[in-house]
Amino acid sequence: MNVIVILLPLALMLGFAGLAAFLWSLNTGQFDDLEGAGWRVLSDDDLQTPRPPPASVTNEVS
Amino acid sequence: MSMANAIDCSAFIRHLGPGRASMDIAVDGIRCAGCATAIERGLANEPGISIARVNFALKRVTVEWDEAKLAGAQVLQRLRDIGYQGYPFASGAADGNEARASAHLLRCLGVAAFGAMNIMLLSVSVWSGNASDITPETRDLFHWLSALIALPVAAYSGRPFFDSALAALRNRSVNMDVPITLGIVLALGMSVVQTMQHAEHAYFDSAVMLIFFLLIGRLLDQMMRKRARDMAANVAALRAETATLIRGDGTTAVLPVRAVNPGDRVLVMPGEKISVDGRVISGRSHIDQSLVTGETAHMPAAAGARVYGGTVNIDVALTIEVTASHEGTLLDEVEALLTQATTARSKYVLLADRAARLYAPFVHATALATFIGWMLAGEPWAHALIIAITVLIITCPCALGLAIPAVQITAAGTLFRSGVLLRNGDAIERLAQADTIVFDKTGTLTLPQAEWLNPGDVPAHICEAAGRLAMSSRHPLAQALAHALNSRNPYDNVEEVPGSGVRVMHDGMEMTLGGAEFCAANDVIAQAQRQYPGASFVAFRNGNDVAVFALGQKLRADAPAVIEALKSRGFRIEILSGDCDKAVASIARELGVTGYLSSVTPASKISRLETLRQQGCKTLMVGDGLNDAPALAAAHVSMSPVSAAHLSQTAADALFLGENLGPVVEAIDIARRGHRLMIQNLWFAVLYNFVAVPLAIAGLATPLIAAIAMSSSSMVVTLNALRARIRSAA
Repeated sequence: MNVIVILLPLALMLGFAGLAAFLWSLNTGQFDDLEGAGWRVLSDDDLQTPRPPPASVTNEVS
Repeated sequence: MSMANAIDCSAFIRHLGPGRASMDIAVDGIRCAGCATAIERGLANEPGISIARVNFALKRVTVEWDEAKLAGAQVLQRLRDIGYQGYPFASGAADGNEARASAHLLRCLGVAAFGAMNIMLLSVSVWSGNASDITPETRDLFHWLSALIALPVAAYSGRPFFDSALAALRNRSVNMDVPITLGIVLALGMSVVQTMQHAEHAYFDSAVMLIFFLLIGRLLDQMMRKRARDMAANVAALRAETATLIRGDGTTAVLPVRAVNPGDRVLVMPGEKISVDGRVISGRSHIDQSLVTGETAHMPAAAGARVYGGTVNIDVALTIEVTASHEGTLLDEVEALLTQATTARSKYVLLADRAARLYAPFVHATALATFIGWMLAGEPWAHALIIAITVLIITCPCALGLAIPAVQITAAGTLFRSGVLLRNGDAIERLAQADTIVFDKTGTLTLPQAEWLNPGDVPAHICEAAGRLAMSSRHPLAQALAHALNSRNPYDNVEEVPGSGVRVMHDGMEMTLGGAEFCAANDVIAQAQRQYPGASFVAFRNGNDVAVFALGQKLRADAPAVIEALKSRGFRIEILSGDCDKAVASIARELGVTGYLSSVTPASKISRLETLRQQGCKTLMVGDGLNDAPALAAAHVSMSPVSAAHLSQTAADALFLGENLGPVVEAIDIARRGHRLMIQNLWFAVLYNFVAVPLAIAGLATPLIAAIAMSSSSMVVTLNALRARIRSAA
């Protein structure tokens, strides 16, 4: 039963992490526009950026 | 277009720091992802603009730019170049409060979800342990940990309910939050005592889960109201009403109406719509108040006269001191009536509150009876108390809290897709009960703008020339004519003679469009007046060709069909209009409505509604003018077209968009289906209690049973509410 000494704090910490993530997303306005994000996925904006030279292909996320 | 360019939008710009400015713009015509991308990319490419972000749900774009490089008007111009009309938008203090309230609810919901998940983790261990080999020490540890999570979580997340219950108790009334609060507090208190006594069961999970489910209902309710308010605010911005402000130094600037303050002076040219309420300082003119009062006769206006937004200045420029702009104070009589009517309406008791009034005493009596019953049966008092509290916990109106908001938000979404904006959630209940419909005539049954009445009388080549000429005039009649004739390509070098008309030299001949004298068309107009009584006339002369265009009120295209559809649903229909008897009678005959009253004042509109109420009718009032505002507030439920006066929109429960009257029928159908679903949901909650309460009274309701009962009943109610989305085949 000693394992619960590790498991319980771990479970609580995971819970707190989820709560913190939710509060963070709320405060950064991610719930302000619930429709737009779905549409934005379909836009090809990211393909318009000028391609880097083939020698140094990086997977940059801008 | 040239007018819009000159709009001074400085009142809407927020200054963020040195040289940085930001503005919210309501945009007309964002329909798909492509639009949003085009706007964002188009604006971001403009040097000086650093951020352009479209809010798709609100149909608004927030722009941040460098003030040194761009002025606010240029941002709007840039948006127009991309192909979108934008209107600067300022959110009021009420919007800010609303946003904070919904963010607070979301935060409460997040905390409750965290608590419910973690306590459930511990509870499930205890339940399975009770069935196998958990040691009492471990169970106590788990219960204490649950208490450690549940108490702070409930104290934070339960605030919306506790506050509302306290407020209700202070007013010596009972709402749904009173039994909820009692249930939560008792469940937590009993569980702490049980834990201290090393008992097998604790109800921390029930208490927190209850808060979680009820917060979802609360949030749905809030979201619905916020969305309706946002959309109504957009509609107001898109109307793009402007006023010409006279500054202290005598210069003028064109401002959006929302930026004009009481005490400012504005100039209204002849033929222009007056966009503010105020008092005439100088000038002597006539005012067309038909859109406000329904009367078609023109009123004289001289210094000292009060004028109202939505009226049209006819002949001479007026200087007006603003008394109140968009917020709308007006005719003292209308205002007083409106206040009375609003207080009368608030007597209506919501379905949810009526349910609460029946529910709370019943539940509390059952709990008390359970306690006494077990005492008499010889149980120790502590055990009897525990069973009584379990009854309270299990009857806590979890499904009841979701039953109505879940239907309201799905029905409001369906209504929105049919072009109806709901301003009050409870309007669905009241709309479903309506059995009598009272229509206003001007602007409601008829189109808000003047329409061309005599298309058969004027030859095509004259129509074309007149339409092209009419495009250059700012007079509302000329603009209505140009619109009706579908005109394109205005002539160059057109001269507008204020108060008279427009003229142009074309092929060596003078062409004129305007009043009778201006076009020397007195006799032709006199003749037309006999044919079209009550209409307004625009004359046209090109050399010896003379023509008269009669413009007047025309029924909305689908009005006869709508009246027919409403009659077939068994509604009693009446028309109440401020206009003269002749005009109302002809409309009533055309629509086949027998009950109508003409030349009605705002006060007599209310007294007619009162008579109907005494006859036992539940009245739906559909109207748009300022004179309708008190009646809209007094009626059982009310709707306005979106073109209505600001105050009428505020008084109405729902607004409908577009040129058709059809949304009225659809709104009634959707509301009736929504109401049916609400009743079904309430009956389901009753059924749930029929099953759960006997279990609790018998002392068999363990926390496990409470958890299963609560979540399954909430799911059923929510799923049932989703059926409000299904639109009728018609």
